[in-house]
Amino acid sequence: MSASLEKGVRVLKEVIDAPIASYFNSCVHCGICAEACLFYTETGDPKYTPIHKLEPMRRLYEQEYTLLGRLKKMVGLSKPVTDAELGEWQELVYNSCTLCGRCSAVCPVGNDIVYMVRKFREGMSASGNAPVGIKGAANRTVTIGSPMGVKLPAVKAQMKHVEEDYGIPIPMDQEGAEYMVMLSSMEIINFPEYLGAIAKIMQQAGKTWTLCSTAFEATNAGMQIGNSDLARLIVSRIVEGAEKLKVKTVISPECGHAYTALRWEGANLIGRPFTFKVQHIIEVLGEFQELGLLKTKGMETDRLTFHDPCQLARRGGVIQPQRNLMNMVAKNFVEMPDAGYMNWCCGGGGGASAIEEGEELRLEAFKKKKSQLDAVKPDRLVTACANCRIVLEEGLEHYQMNIPVIGLTELIAEHIPEKGA
Amino acid sequence: MNEMQFLTWVRGQGLDLAVSIFLLGVLWRLIEIYSLGRKKDLTAPRHAAGASGWHTVFRRSIPPEGMLKKSPVSYIAGYTFHIGLVLVVLLFAPHIKLIQSLTGLSWPGLPSQFIDLVAVVTIAAMVVLLVDRINKPVKRYLSTFEDWFTWLVTFLPLLTGWLSVRHLLLPYTNMLALHILSVEILLVVLPFTKLFHAFTVFGSRWYNGAVNGHKGVAV
Repeated sequence: MSASLEKGVRVLKEVIDAPIASYFNSCVHCGICAEACLFYTETGDPKYTPIHKLEPMRRLYEQEYTLLGRLKKMVGLSKPVTDAELGEWQELVYNSCTLCGRCSAVCPVGNDIVYMVRKFREGMSASGNAPVGIKGAANRTVTIGSPMGVKLPAVKAQMKHVEEDYGIPIPMDQEGAEYMVMLSSMEIINFPEYLGAIAKIMQQAGKTWTLCSTAFEATNAGMQIGNSDLARLIVSRIVEGAEKLKVKTVISPECGHAYTALRWEGANLIGRPFTFKVQHIIEVLGEFQELGLLKTKGMETDRLTFHDPCQLARRGGVIQPQRNLMNMVAKNFVEMPDAGYMNWCCGGGGGASAIEEGEELRLEAFKKKKSQLDAVKPDRLVTACANCRIVLEEGLEHYQMNIPVIGLTELIAEHIPEKGA
Repeated sequence: MNEMQFLTWVRGQGLDLAVSIFLLGVLWRLIEIYSLGRKKDLTAPRHAAGASGWHTVFRRSIPPEGMLKKSPVSYIAGYTFHIGLVLVVLLFAPHIKLIQSLTGLSWPGLPSQFIDLVAVVTIAAMVVLLVDRINKPVKRYLSTFEDWFTWLVTFLPLLTGWLSVRHLLLPYTNMLALHILSVEILLVVLPFTKLFHAFTVFGSRWYNGAVNGHKGVAV
């Protein structure tokens, strides 16, 4: 056994807990999870059946944690997990799984399959079997500060542009502000409208907010790759920043996995509860709307639909606020089939969009999104995740569908009247 | 060993042995699985109606929207088989008598003609599920020796039970002895195969419901 495999096996043994044991023992091989996975439905290849993606971990569980499995191992009747096998499984655990969690929502015996994939990735990563693309993103986040290599000067340059364009000051490192706003590099590089939108919204709501110079990047490739050490490091920066600035709430940007990392894994990663609240920007907007702090003017009249980011809706519990916000500014808001809790993934979540060699499969899986869109034929597509947005744009371009994609926060901000106007 | 001796053995020592292995096996497996425990979730919970472990234990018995259409055979034949099995095992008068002799507990059964019908339907559902496992690429791909083996050890008690009530194929004494033996095999096999889902299904649904319920998601 190689040293890296040994490390991987040790990590896997550590992450296997009672839920995982219960899930493996409950599976009856009914195959219903396949019907929930877009990588299966769009390719018809049974190897993409979600529970099958966990086969090496299942065998390891059996060999290490069950009496019968240990006996079989002793007499040499069980097939050990090998380096080559884990290498082969990379495609199944990363390229063809976006951690969307639809499988966990349909399993008749109740197995939380995505919970297991997330844990399996810990072992894959420790044994050196994570894809180069996400590994690079994770390393850049740790060494440079962001997965796309964005540094503070780039953020400052964007702050300056936004201040000039909107005439609103962008606060940085302001102690005691109510909200600390996080960004994703995707927003810094591709969607600068986001920062401007936040400035307008906060100004109208009369809330104090700030960026943090030591923690502006919210995305967490450490979590996607399945390396809790890196994930902890990345989250710790944000915790330190938030505690230093004594903010009440940290706002996760329009990014699904950043939200999951910060909101649902963060405290567990650092081993203590947070002293501040974490909210996705859509939750904050929803709250402002309910409190009457968000006042918009005018309505979009073209046909709009909303793509629910998996980590926000099914995995995050935020389903209604985005709909209330859409209805606030759109006259003709239509829902795609399966929208909301059971929406289909864009195909690029969970780090999958960072895997170059997975592109062909990703585009194949995008046919699911295409069929959802074909069913309602929208003029524009709204979402609340910069990664979904990029993946959607790529897919739409590939299938020559002329549907612009916009972020919900910026759509809302466009309807906020200029101050004094 | 002649026929009567065989029947006496399966009804006596055989049954004691099988029930003992079953009970100890179930206990051992439950401890083996659930004593692994899990880490406390330190993140701030979000509360939502219908989002909890208990909700999911019950809710998962109903196919999620749209899934019945996608996997009709698994759901319909699956329901038929599970419900049929429970009716036949627990509401057939001779079974109730056996349970009464072992535990003292007793309840009214269903007319034997009705049970006969249920048995036929249940057997048919199992055959349909087997054919589906052979025909459907995903199921065939997932299937291992255990899947075929557990199908067989579940099927045999149903088949031999029905044949012995109907006095078909073999003399009653022999068929009844085979029936009891097949049940004993099932009892011995259950804790150590996927059939153990009969117990873990509740834990699995509860964990899934609790983990996601913590996030305010009603799964």
